[in-house]
Amino acid sequence: MKNSLERLSRRDSIKLAAAAFAAAAIAPRLAFADEKAVAAEIKKLYGDKAMGQGRIKLDVPEIAENGLVVPIGVEVESPMTDADYVKAVHVFADGNPQPGVVSYQFTPACGKASAATRMRLAQTQDVICIAEMSNGDLFSAKANVKVTIGGCGG
Amino acid sequence: MSTKPTPRVRVPAKAAAGELIEIKTLISHEMESGQRKDVKGGTIPRKIINKFTASFNGKPVFVADWNPAISANPYQSFFFKAAESGEFTFAWKDDDGSEYTAKSKLTVG
Repeated sequence: MKNSLERLSRRDSIKLAAAAFAAAAIAPRLAFADEKAVAAEIKKLYGDKAMGQGRIKLDVPEIAENGLVVPIGVEVESPMTDADYVKAVHVFADGNPQPGVVSYQFTPACGKASAATRMRLAQTQDVICIAEMSNGDLFSAKANVKVTIGGCGG
Repeated sequence: MSTKPTPRVRVPAKAAAGELIEIKTLISHEMESGQRKDVKGGTIPRKIINKFTASFNGKPVFVADWNPAISANPYQSFFFKAAESGEFTFAWKDDDGSEYTAKSKLTVG
């Protein structure tokens, strides 16, 4: 099982690299989201509620060579008991065509509010993360990711 | 690159009660973002997996709503606190309505 997973990801990375070149060759000018679009999305979810800082560990690379596959890990500090747990986590990117990246719903059964995936980033931009606790408290975190377009190290 | 999506899941077969285990999932899927143009200049329609759900013994544990910003062949990992033996059901929902599922057993003790 372990091997098949590793083999797949290696094969996929080759496929993805090929796709990246194809996409770069035919990509037209796209309209991108901005900070305002992200703020609007957050407002849609939570209104003007105040956000706390801290408690979120946003794990993204400082420099991403390939914007098509950027690893992202989110971890929110919480006891994850029935009385006090992380309910939802939303991730946004302010320089992509659409601001939303992923939304997670956690339950106390998770034991730890942590999840990781891989995302596409169209250009160098900020990644914004909002965590909603079971008591309604909100926390936010932000990280900048520099994207080297084309993935050839230039 | 249009093949039938194949889910792959890595779950430990055994865990001690109260142990925190990490679950890693991967599914082959092009995750067509709806942003790309074909050679003729027309937009290639969006076709992504928009929802991933993990349940244990029928109870939802973890849900991820994916947007087009998620990479092709989406990977997702998360944690689970083992309490009792049972079976995980993982489900991926496609824009076209199809659903791909995988199951794995966990023995606690």
